[in-house]
Amino acid sequence: MAGEAAIINAAARTSLWLQPHRIVLILIALGLVLAAAFFMRWDWLPQYYAAGLLGIWRALWILAVTCVLGFLLAVPLGLAQAAGPFWFAAPAKVFCTIIRGTPLLLQLWLLYYGLGSLFPQYPWIRESWMWPYLRQAWPYGVLALTLSFAGYEGEVMRGAFAGVPKGQIEAARAFGMSRWKAFRRIWLPQAFYRALPTLTGETVLQLKSTPLVATISVIDIFAVSSKVRQDTYLTYEPLLLLALIYMAITGILVFAFGRIEARIPNKIG
Amino acid sequence: MVGLLHTIEIAIGATCLGLLIGIGGAYGKLYGGPVVRDLLAVYTTVVRAVPELVLILLLYYAGTDLINQVLAAVGYQRIDISGLAAGIAVLGFVQGAYSTEVIRGAILAIPQGQIEAARAYGMSPGLLLRRITLPAMLPFAIPGLANLWLIATKDTALLAVVGFYELTLATRQAAGVTKAYLTFYLAAGAIYLLVTLVSNLIIGRIEARARRGMPSLKEAR
Repeated sequence: MAGEAAIINAAARTSLWLQPHRIVLILIALGLVLAAAFFMRWDWLPQYYAAGLLGIWRALWILAVTCVLGFLLAVPLGLAQAAGPFWFAAPAKVFCTIIRGTPLLLQLWLLYYGLGSLFPQYPWIRESWMWPYLRQAWPYGVLALTLSFAGYEGEVMRGAFAGVPKGQIEAARAFGMSRWKAFRRIWLPQAFYRALPTLTGETVLQLKSTPLVATISVIDIFAVSSKVRQDTYLTYEPLLLLALIYMAITGILVFAFGRIEARIPNKIG
Repeated sequence: MVGLLHTIEIAIGATCLGLLIGIGGAYGKLYGGPVVRDLLAVYTTVVRAVPELVLILLLYYAGTDLINQVLAAVGYQRIDISGLAAGIAVLGFVQGAYSTEVIRGAILAIPQGQIEAARAYGMSPGLLLRRITLPAMLPFAIPGLANLWLIATKDTALLAVVGFYELTLATRQAAGVTKAYLTFYLAAGAIYLLVTLVSNLIIGRIEARARRGMPSLKEAR
């Protein structure tokens, strides 16, 4: 019975969504896509297929690493601002303000060209084990994106930590939990649930800033499309495909976070 | 310094254009016909899902190319579109999508009775927009629009990638010539930060004025 009802419900929703004007619009969109497929040049696709996949993989990898590291950094930042003493909260606040007040492109170039040009002057750095990494571009890209994500997310976590009702933490302490245990079991999960919807948006924003690393010669999907444009003198085709790829990734991200959000207990606060 | 001037010019221009698109878009989304509404939904979704950098490249090349082709078809000569105008148009188009959503939310937050009362007084739609809707939605929209303004100032840095001479590109060139990379980038960062902090002050003033007569946020909580 329940299954049938669900099917009928879904059918009703589809018929509501598929109004006549929508069908016309979809047909027009399909026509545009077909026109693009037939009248534009796509013969370069097989040649750059492998490079493109590698580029997508790199972009996703950078996205995942910077989001996880940035979030780990954001938790202490948020905590320091929400509950820390002044000498702890002030540096965190200054850090967040600076990161949020300057363009990411500038931060990236500052780290890569600025810091990167300083290192070779010191022989002990050149001889250390870090040098092979410091000579490449991607550590700077990852560092800049991580710091940026931490800066924005630290502000979100501050609000989330401050938003957890005091009674919850007091109750945890009254149960005899240690401060650390109360933080781990009560405060952090509740703050995380509160921050999750914002986290979705921040992750999508982070995805949209990953192409910036192409400007410091990291070969991600954006750099691949630029290379195609230089090699074939085509302007629009690679860019259109690139836009489509990013839209697909965004859609998947939003869907995945929606699933996670649906799993969390929704009666908080 | 020319770079800073260009940066601020573009940011202001893009925000103004974005606001116009936003007001139009929000009206279309709320009161428009079904086709207009769907098209606007596609516009805001696509623009917000694709990275700004890709959009800027796409619109920068496509836009100038399109205008030149139209001009050629009509029989005029090809013109060189100035980077300033192109930058403003591109960023304004991007900002428009975001501000459409902000303004739509703000208009929805106005108590419905105010708009109905204005209609009952026989105000024309234009007068209604000017006298009631815009002033009434302002306090709800200002935090979101302030964020957009700050994003706009920072998005101008992306125009450096298409070769437009603004603060970030100027910094890069100066740093490349003098080899003092760290100094110049830190200085440029300080300038951006200063712009942000000054705008925060001004926005605080504007918001306080727009909210006058409304219960303060702290009391309401």
